[in-house]
Amino acid sequence: MPIGLESWTLARPEIFLAAVTALLLLYGVLRGETSAAFVSVATTVALLVTAVLIFTPYREGTAFSSLFIVDRLTATMKVLMLIGAAITIPMSRAYFERVKVWRFEYPIVVSLAALGMMLMISANDLMSLYVGLELQSLSLYVIAAFQRDSIRSTEAGIKYFVLGSVASGMLLFGASLIYGFCGGTAFVQISRALLEGKAGEIGVIVGLVFVVAGLAFKIAAVPFHMWTPDVYEGSPTPVTAFFAVAPKIAALSLTISVLMGPFKPLFPQWQQIIVVVSVLSMALGAFAALRQPNIKRLMAYSSIGNVGYILLGVAAGSEKGIQSVVFYLGIYLVMTLGSFAVILLMKRRDMMVEQVNDLAGLGRTHPMLAFAMMVFMFSLAGIPPLAGFWAKLYVFMAAIEAKLFWPAVLGVLASVVASYYYLRIVKVMYFDEPAEALDASAFGVNRAIAFVAAVIVAAFSLAPQPLSLVAAAAAKGLFP
Amino acid sequence: MSSWPILSLVTFLPLAGAFFCLIVNGPKEAVDRNCRSAALITSLVTFLISLVLWAQFDPAKASYQFEEKLAWVPALNIGYHMGIDGISLFFVLLSTLLTPICILASWESVQNRVKEYMIAFLVLETFMVGMFCALDLALFYVFFEGVLIPMFLIIGVWGGKRRVYAAFKFFLYTLLGSVLMLLAIIAIYSQVGTTDLPTAMEKLDLPFRWQCWLWLAFFASFAVKVPMWPVHTWLPDAHVEAPTAGSVILAGVLLKMGGYGFIRFSVPLMPEATQYFAPLIFGLSVVAVIYTSLVALVQEDMKKLIAYSSIAHMGFVTIGIYVMNMQGVQGSIFQMLSHGIVSAALFLCVGVVYDRMHTREIDAYGGLVHRMPRYAFVFLFFTLASVGLPGLSGFVGEFLVLVGTFKANTWVAFLAATALILGAAYALWLYRKIIFGELTKSSLKAILDMNGREIAVFLPLVLITLWMGIYPASFLDPMAPAVDKLIGDYNAAIKLAHTASLKP
Repeated sequence: MPIGLESWTLARPEIFLAAVTALLLLYGVLRGETSAAFVSVATTVALLVTAVLIFTPYREGTAFSSLFIVDRLTATMKVLMLIGAAITIPMSRAYFERVKVWRFEYPIVVSLAALGMMLMISANDLMSLYVGLELQSLSLYVIAAFQRDSIRSTEAGIKYFVLGSVASGMLLFGASLIYGFCGGTAFVQISRALLEGKAGEIGVIVGLVFVVAGLAFKIAAVPFHMWTPDVYEGSPTPVTAFFAVAPKIAALSLTISVLMGPFKPLFPQWQQIIVVVSVLSMALGAFAALRQPNIKRLMAYSSIGNVGYILLGVAAGSEKGIQSVVFYLGIYLVMTLGSFAVILLMKRRDMMVEQVNDLAGLGRTHPMLAFAMMVFMFSLAGIPPLAGFWAKLYVFMAAIEAKLFWPAVLGVLASVVASYYYLRIVKVMYFDEPAEALDASAFGVNRAIAFVAAVIVAAFSLAPQPLSLVAAAAAKGLFP
Repeated sequence: MSSWPILSLVTFLPLAGAFFCLIVNGPKEAVDRNCRSAALITSLVTFLISLVLWAQFDPAKASYQFEEKLAWVPALNIGYHMGIDGISLFFVLLSTLLTPICILASWESVQNRVKEYMIAFLVLETFMVGMFCALDLALFYVFFEGVLIPMFLIIGVWGGKRRVYAAFKFFLYTLLGSVLMLLAIIAIYSQVGTTDLPTAMEKLDLPFRWQCWLWLAFFASFAVKVPMWPVHTWLPDAHVEAPTAGSVILAGVLLKMGGYGFIRFSVPLMPEATQYFAPLIFGLSVVAVIYTSLVALVQEDMKKLIAYSSIAHMGFVTIGIYVMNMQGVQGSIFQMLSHGIVSAALFLCVGVVYDRMHTREIDAYGGLVHRMPRYAFVFLFFTLASVGLPGLSGFVGEFLVLVGTFKANTWVAFLAATALILGAAYALWLYRKIIFGELTKSSLKAILDMNGREIAVFLPLVLITLWMGIYPASFLDPMAPAVDKLIGDYNAAIKLAHTASLKP
């Protein structure tokens, strides 16, 4: 079948990003080490331009023989993910320069990962899903180990690679079962087969369970979360920041499009799985970090908890549920980038420090930085009037309307437990006597990001409406 | 009626002061001085504007006044809806009155991080006032829970030795209760499709079982705030560790949020459950009243003693609300206002000697009357007001509550009344130990009496206490129509449910 022009225009953001990445790679190879600064700036711009391209002009439909789909939801998720990826590149410069691995390959690999995520988000077939997922995963394994002369970083890369391969294997196994029972890999084919009576077949359900398990690994939901704390701790901090946002958004978007798309007829079956996964994630995210001294590990558990809340919105399976997911992800993006910007500024005598106790007395030594971090922590704990409260409110609204009462109750209780460790960071910053002060840093990218993010989070209550409209428009993609 | 949004002005003006404090820069002394003055001026102006509210308030109306309504999150049907009736009016005034007093009271005692302290207090004022004005469930929740952030910092940063423990206990306890209320709010929202309170009151029609669940969820939140036995244990810790002004706000306003919540939400939204659970409230309140009074008798720490007495006084409040008759509810509200003034003043009294001696232990004092006659007078005045001496504010509230309760349930009234005796016992015992006797302790020999600033702090409180005790009608009359409507609606709902259950 010839590929029509329509397909190319629909995929033009992806094609643009791929082309620019290839050109920048060539440039980097030819110019060598000195090109890192230019390539990183160019990649950031390219990612942002890609985000702009998605909506100028916005087109929707399927392309490449239905392998690829663009609708409001996928477009919104791509924009969120691209913003996350674009911002983490300039955040990383100072860090990598200090550890002397400031190389042009880093932005290139991030860009390739973003490309893979865009394909994942737009997947409309188990084949394109897998291709996108693997492009993403392989890039992530590489950047996890990017600080290659550090044992912890390479260990993180290896761990991530081994466990990630297992997850990919599970996903492939599930996909092949589904292919076998439904007679096709395209989402429409699967959906049709399920509606025509294949839904009850045990093979399909087993396949679904494996697919969900694979996806749960990618979004780091319990019980497939074990890699997260180690990888978050071991990876270079800017890479951790990237992991905490972009791949989460992409994998959650993928989860939604798989579950709400072809597997919609199996809603009662997968809802049970997602509810259990969600509740377990919220609980583990709350309890495991209570005594965590390392702030990167703490953020890992926090992200597991957050995924639990987002999955509660997915489990609702309603339009409002999907809205709440988009809404939550938008706020999560800002809170997480802000927190990591602060973490990236934690250095003492020019060495990065990453213990919670290293923040002691930050309220006196660096009042603005401490204030920003306090805003993020209260927001992550879900205390109004900060943005994080609205995210949780939206999710719980969706859950209650879907009659998920007990998961909602367990969820709010978990959020109380989790608030303990967020408060502990505030306590260390404000109540404790100052330890040796952190280095004063000049006004730079990370300071700017922390500041802007803090203002957005703190003032979000003034205008929650725009984001809720974005979320509502995005959810329309699945509920036309 | 003025057409400009006066309620929003009262609510958000303190934030402007906080913003000013935030941007002040320069040498430490100048910053401290400027922040103090800015905070005091802002809070005083806020108080004056809130007096305009009282002046323009139409006491004959039961409906909400000064209403403001804006779409906030139309996608979720959450609105920015503010308005006050006779019940909330005085809580707004209480909050705006106590904030400048707190700022004045911490003028000298807080020397450490003054800027942040003033910001925290002004933000706290915004949340408190907003909470009493909110007529939208989501908006209410935002303010209700937002209070936790500045209070957590006030206890944790400027508190005593065990401040970290107390701050966490306060925060987690209250949060645990509040999140369950959040779910109940969402459940109401999913029933009526909006979080607007008047609409919800009109439309909400829940089966009895559901009412009970939702009532319990609201109860979890308000009972912790009041606090009711057995979830009161955060209060003594928080009070003891908080700085003086923190205790004042905690006792003066934050505890009222629970009682106010019962009146504003639990009763009108879930009338049948209110009736069903009233005996539970009576039981817990009676235990609270007697048990905490006995506990107060054996305290060695002045603040802890007053904290326990607060729990006992708030026990009266919850009894009065749930007897659901005119005297009971009016008495409860009056008792809350009176307690807001009197207990705040008592904590300030403790603060006066604490600032001089840096100890709150009762045994460390004695015979202060010889060195501090003015202080002895003020302390005696508020001790008697707290005990319920006729002519002072405490008497009116307790009396009305007891009258109302007697009509509903004699035994509850009898048991609650024992607290008056116990209350007199511990309050007068405290007074005797601290003020009377020989001045034998050498450390007290040079203690100074109250200075002009301290007198300025106490003077308005003394006058208001007298006013409330001598002419309570200025407070009871404006709230009467609103209370009347509350009880009328409640009885109608109960009657409706009753006839519905009689039908085959």
